[in-house]
Amino acid sequence: MIKWTEKLCPQVKNIPPSGIRRFFDLVSEMKGVVSLGVGEPDFITPWHIREACIYSLEKGYTMYTSNWGLIELREEIARHLYDNYQVEYEPRTDVLVTVGVSEGMDLALRAVLAPGDEVLIPEPCYVSYSPCTSLAGGTPIPILTTADNDFRVTAAQIEEKITPKTKALILSYPNNPTGATISREELMEIAKVVKRHDLVVISDEIYDKLTYEGQHTCFSALPAMKNRTILLNGFSKAYAMTGWRLGYACGHPEVISHMTKIHQYTMLCAPVTAQMAALEALQNGTEEMQKMVAEYDRRRKLVLKGFSEIGLTCFEPKGAFYAFPSIRNTGLSSDEFAERLLVEAKVAVVPGSVFGTTGEGHIRCSYAASADNLIEAIERMGKFLNQLSLHRQEACG
Amino acid sequence: MDEKDREILAILQNNSRLRPEQIAAMIGVDQAEVEDRVKELEEKRIIIKYHTLINWELAGEEVVSALIEVKVTPQRGSGFDNIAERIYRFPEVKAVYLMSGRYDVSVLIEGKTMKEVALFVAMKLATIENVQSTATHFVLKKYKQEGVILEDKEKDRRLVISP
Ligand SMILES: Cc1ncc(COP(=O)(O)O)c(C=O)c1O
Repeated sequence: MIKWTEKLCPQVKNIPPSGIRRFFDLVSEMKGVVSLGVGEPDFITPWHIREACIYSLEKGYTMYTSNWGLIELREEIARHLYDNYQVEYEPRTDVLVTVGVSEGMDLALRAVLAPGDEVLIPEPCYVSYSPCTSLAGGTPIPILTTADNDFRVTAAQIEEKITPKTKALILSYPNNPTGATISREELMEIAKVVKRHDLVVISDEIYDKLTYEGQHTCFSALPAMKNRTILLNGFSKAYAMTGWRLGYACGHPEVISHMTKIHQYTMLCAPVTAQMAALEALQNGTEEMQKMVAEYDRRRKLVLKGFSEIGLTCFEPKGAFYAFPSIRNTGLSSDEFAERLLVEAKVAVVPGSVFGTTGEGHIRCSYAASADNLIEAIERMGKFLNQLSLHRQEACG
Repeated sequence: MDEKDREILAILQNNSRLRPEQIAAMIGVDQAEVEDRVKELEEKRIIIKYHTLINWELAGEEVVSALIEVKVTPQRGSGFDNIAERIYRFPEVKAVYLMSGRYDVSVLIEGKTMKEVALFVAMKLATIENVQSTATHFVLKKYKQEGVILEDKEKDRRLVISP
């Protein structure tokens, strides 16, 4: 009998199990749950994109593409970034098509990290950054952002954590799970620190289109930042294409070719069907994308108003499709709160602690759900909160 | 009509059961303003009616619909309007459009049986003065109505919780 525990790689063993998993198992056994726990659009990919993909299959697009991705798609990505942010990438050398931002993040970390290198990761953040850093041999160094500063990391906070081993900084705005965005001015301050300490920036801008107030600033579009930034983006959120698994990385040719080296041996290329669909999304998808964004914005406002009416304090999220209200005054941990909310009120949310220590005391509520479901969920949450406070009063009195 | 009115209309067209306070939250104005705006839109008959889209077939009801192409001789002074009115006053008639092209007026009729619809066309519609001819096309299956796919196979297939 093989003893797997002795065979398995310690780095992988050391990665803690995902906090979401437990919730997922709980929810799966329940009926009648309204879920605000979903981290993906509730829209299905617009038909014209699906149709273009079907057509590509009919025409026989079933082959490998270049490791880098179809040149037409890379050209379109470069054009798109130039149109939106006036940042210039050379399609042949600066753009790599990846299997989602997920792969892009992994490639970026593996391409730059040497054993022991430190990566600064503002938290709360998407769940993959820290495990991927560890798997790449690096050391994740969390920077704690809080509701006091609307979950935005400051230049000073970054500078505080810098050591001789610091190699890279991950930025992720608009943010999952908080919905926070960051202004150009703040990013300029961060850019100064980045330059002073010669850091690499990995900027995950997958929610850039889902910015409801103000303009999204692309980090690599800041003066002198393009060459030290690995820009990651993809089609999952803006075009409702999560299951297609398609994203891209842009940056200096040296780092992109390094990433491509890993990509060519581990992935070979991103799926051609998804690449053909993405091409259609970039060429003809703006109008439908903007409709979806407008709809998220309405729901965002609906949720914020609803939360304030049931007494949930929530800083105003200005991007992505998450609200991150505080549940601290209930006296429950975010894990307890989420579990009881699920069992007693049949509303699924994700405990904030899953996204980092400063997520504790918060819950992530996704408003990628229909208005009717949001209204229902808020009503149930209101009743649940009332019950909680009644019990607390009884316990005290 | 301004941007806010357009937003209210778009929201209501999709879901007329949303309450004014919910719409107010969505578009960032207060409830009273939404109520005033909706009232005005109703008074101007921009909002005509709040209705429910029903799949009668699923409810087990027999409904027969037909699209009738009608050729009409227009009248001096009123064009097609008076004839259209004589057609649309019948309760069996669910929609009437003046068309460009091969025929003039398109009439949607609903009845309980094919015979009922056919009789209506023969007795009522075809006999109207200035109606030259009719061509009846029975609806065999409804796939999509008012922008809604009736038997939508696209369920929410997402995992209930995901990062
Ligand atoms: C911030 C962030 N980055 C990356 C991803 C993964 O994206 P992709 O589907 O492109 O792999 C997600 C998905 O939830 C996310 O929220």
